[in-house]
Amino acid sequence: MTGGRVVVIGNGMVGQRFVDALRDRDPQARWRVTVLAEETRPAYDRVRLSAYFDGADADELNLYTAHDGVELRLGEPATGVDRARRVVTTGAGEHPYDVLVLATGSSPFVPPVDGAGLPGVFVYRTLDDLASISEYAQGRRAGAVIGGGLLGLEAANALRLLGLGTSVVEFAPRLMPAQVDTAGGAMLRRYVAELGVACHLGVATTALRAGPDGSVAALELADGTVLDTDLVVVAAGIRPRDELARAAGLELGPRGGVLVDTACRTTDERIYAVGECAAVDGTCYGLVAPGYAMAEVVADRLVGGAATFPGADTATKLKLLGVDVASFGDAHGATPGCLDVTWTDPAARVYAKLVLSDDARTLLGGVLVGDAAAYPTLRASVGGPLPAAPLALLAGDDAVGASVGALPATAQVCSCNAVTRADIDTAIAGGCADVPALKACTRAGTSCGSCVPMLKQLLDAAGVTQSPALCEHFDVNRQELFDIVRVRDIRTFSRLIAEHGRGRGCDICKPVVASILASLGNGHILDGEQASLQDTNDHFLANLQRDGSYSVVPRIPGGEITPEKLIIIGEVARDFNLYTKITGGQRIDLFGARVEQLPQIWRRLVDAGFESGHAYGKALRTVKSCVGSTWCRYGVQDSVGLAIALELRYRGLRAPHKIKSAVSGCARECAEARSKDFGVIATETGWNLYLGGNGGFRPRHADLFATDLSTEALITLIDRFLMYYVRTADRLQRTAAWIEAMDGGLDHLRSVIVDDSLGLCAELDAAMARHVTGYSDEWRDVLDDPERLRRFTSFVNAPDVPDPSITFVTERGQPVPVGGRSPSPDGRQPVTLGLPEVRR
Amino acid sequence: MSTTTTLRWHTVCPLHRLDPDRGVAALVDGVQVALFRTVDGLYAIDNRDPVGGAYVLSRGIVGSRAGVPTVASPLHKQVYDLRTGDCLDLPGISVPRHEVRCRDGMVEVRLRQEG
Ligand SMILES: Cc1cc2nc3c(=O)[nH]c(=O)nc-3n(C[C@H](O)[C@H](O)[C@H](O)COP(=O)(O)OP(=O)(O)OC[C@H]3O[C@@H](n4cnc5c(N)ncnc54)[C@H](O)[C@@H]3O)c2cc1C
Repeated sequence: MTGGRVVVIGNGMVGQRFVDALRDRDPQARWRVTVLAEETRPAYDRVRLSAYFDGADADELNLYTAHDGVELRLGEPATGVDRARRVVTTGAGEHPYDVLVLATGSSPFVPPVDGAGLPGVFVYRTLDDLASISEYAQGRRAGAVIGGGLLGLEAANALRLLGLGTSVVEFAPRLMPAQVDTAGGAMLRRYVAELGVACHLGVATTALRAGPDGSVAALELADGTVLDTDLVVVAAGIRPRDELARAAGLELGPRGGVLVDTACRTTDERIYAVGECAAVDGTCYGLVAPGYAMAEVVADRLVGGAATFPGADTATKLKLLGVDVASFGDAHGATPGCLDVTWTDPAARVYAKLVLSDDARTLLGGVLVGDAAAYPTLRASVGGPLPAAPLALLAGDDAVGASVGALPATAQVCSCNAVTRADIDTAIAGGCADVPALKACTRAGTSCGSCVPMLKQLLDAAGVTQSPALCEHFDVNRQELFDIVRVRDIRTFSRLIAEHGRGRGCDICKPVVASILASLGNGHILDGEQASLQDTNDHFLANLQRDGSYSVVPRIPGGEITPEKLIIIGEVARDFNLYTKITGGQRIDLFGARVEQLPQIWRRLVDAGFESGHAYGKALRTVKSCVGSTWCRYGVQDSVGLAIALELRYRGLRAPHKIKSAVSGCARECAEARSKDFGVIATETGWNLYLGGNGGFRPRHADLFATDLSTEALITLIDRFLMYYVRTADRLQRTAAWIEAMDGGLDHLRSVIVDDSLGLCAELDAAMARHVTGYSDEWRDVLDDPERLRRFTSFVNAPDVPDPSITFVTERGQPVPVGGRSPSPDGRQPVTLGLPEVRR
Repeated sequence: MSTTTTLRWHTVCPLHRLDPDRGVAALVDGVQVALFRTVDGLYAIDNRDPVGGAYVLSRGIVGSRAGVPTVASPLHKQVYDLRTGDCLDLPGISVPRHEVRCRDGMVEVRLRQEG
């Protein structure tokens, strides 16, 4: 079953993540979703709940996104589940389901002591709870918190901020017993006491007493102490909300929670449970990251996947009452034979402990109080070798920063969203050049934010320069370099680096300069010194694949191709034993060519009238089209004709990044033009132009830029848009990011290319005219020139010997490289310890 | 384990077949060698990218990092010191290097092998 009706009970953090994850994987909305929410607000960031007291309102904490095919019913809690009829009942009616997802979270655990129900006694779970606390605190003097764990300390801080004298009562002998050890707890207590919060540790609350007006007035403790108080917050742990499941006869975990397997499925195969209400193989998790992982598992299962819950990292880092506290891995040293390295600095009020394996080689866990700068690196290193000497790690963050580069690919950089170093590196390689881009691509740093410094360091480690300097060889960015080259009419890299840079260049600046020289029309990209600047794709005019072979993509403008040409492609692929795949850009990719075969392949293609498709270049790729008014009953303009004209006009234009485009012949938008850098959609009277869209890691719809344009006016605007982009964008910056980064955004762009506010338009128009007249097919030019052809040899001393390392096996009737992708290096399991307080 | 040099020098090609700041692949005694020519001289390392496993290092971009002559793998951009074969981005990773010289306009290579 990969479609039908899903009912989700609960629109909390995890319920919402489930819906987002499902829509991500099921964009056609084969699953129709109904979300039943008890709260009257859509999902918000409960982790940052306390920000309410810093003035954050519900909008700022909002996590809710609306999706097609998802109905959210606020203030309509589920009251029962009828498994036989597969319906969920609410006060308003019945909701039939094919699949039911329980995401009901937890409720605060209130110990069964006398007076727990008195007016003035609150819990700390929802925005409504906080609003009530804040209102009740007006004009009152003293507050007490029952519970000295993570949540209790947050509540204590809130009471302080509300101006109440505050006490904390904790049954365990130290604060945050689940996370820190005795010494860490002692350091924490010093901080807390200095803030004027009184701590009563190792003592139980026996009763709450009312005053003359009937509301709470005092706490009685087991040691006989009586604490006068006007307000009490109970933060003594949480209980999974499993009442619906229990009533429906589903099995529960040994300590409560809806029992699920690692697929997050309950004992009824149509019912899943995720988040704090779920007990995966019997264990409940009181943190959001494991809940998010469960949400992804269920979303994957609903689209036919086989994901399983990977286990959870229960590491935490918080700023509690202004004190940094972190604990991770085996913080309590439960591993047999483990060693502790501790560091206490009473003057700086810092306490740190690292737990190491018995041979002192592997980091198992640790506790940091007072200074948690080392947390991201340390947490990511759990289970692996220490990134530096223990004391260096604990003493200063310089050493830590330097060591981030040494983290293994499997290290979890962001445990809230289960993002590994490898994910970050892939995103960086895919073009993410700053922290906001990384956050958007990978979700790293979007929950607790503690890994953001590490994201910066990983960008540095990957050689992504966040300062304007392009790299160590040039102090300016791409735009300035472009202006230097253009204004001073520089035609070689050696002159540019001698006059405006230093050193020999590198794989960052050389391709940038190559692209600038190409944009400014400096002849063939493989001529003279320019050849040495090109990366391997441009150097061989083909796309390098993982086995060292290349792929070939002939241009098929607008996706229109004659049967004869289609046959030629088939014949070439057959004769050279190439793997053939239709691309997303309406053309055909031929894989598995060796360098010495490339000219032979292209000889055949060029003779048949094909030319380079520039799939290898940071250049215009394709202009996709739908079939348009020529055939389609709905089409209003000739989209294919326009797409071909645009593709031929801009083919070969070198740019800071690849450029994609599409033309749709009517508003039905079959060509998906809005996911392109420039997209055109036909109207009854002309064309609408959309700018700045892209697919990929961070999909973005293009914005409407101008409407009902004539073909001529359309082309003028696109000419200027592209040339302005080529001149001013940063290295590897797609048009979307370029527009976003512009002061004034789309309006600024409009003022420059429509109203000519900078007086640039004539220059941009002339530059594009030069490009159009100067174009010639790169591949034809190579085939005509023995000097250029000589690069295409396997071995300089054995040109007749093909590279013996490139070999193929047959899969589904086609050649593919031998050996699958290298298996992901050791699947390190996170150390699951120090579970948060879940009490029955 | 020590590194020894095999005795024989193999003639590979005329010097002018090497473009400045660009590599070529050569097959020397069955070993794929990546040869580079920069203003500082000639360098030879294994052609195999030790991270990706493909024989492509000769097709990387040549440059410098903090004065050290380098080549960047075209697969995943790790940068290698052309003089030592050490990877400057991943500690503990390196590629074997070989000896190379120019005699009478001809480039010659002498393999080094783990011995
Ligand atoms: C103050 C505070 C600080 C926290 N700090 C952190 C932190 O730093 N790090 C961390 O990882 N976690 C933290 N947490 C825990 C984190 O918020 C939870 O793990 C997370 O919210 C769990 O998500 P969930 O969707 O399972 O539950 P919830 O977010 O609680 O959502 C469950 C929703 O289901 C609704 N519901 C319940 N029953 C029904 C029903 N019958 N019908 C309809 N709706 C129903 C509830 O009203 C609720 O809106 C904190 C929690 C609090 C309260």
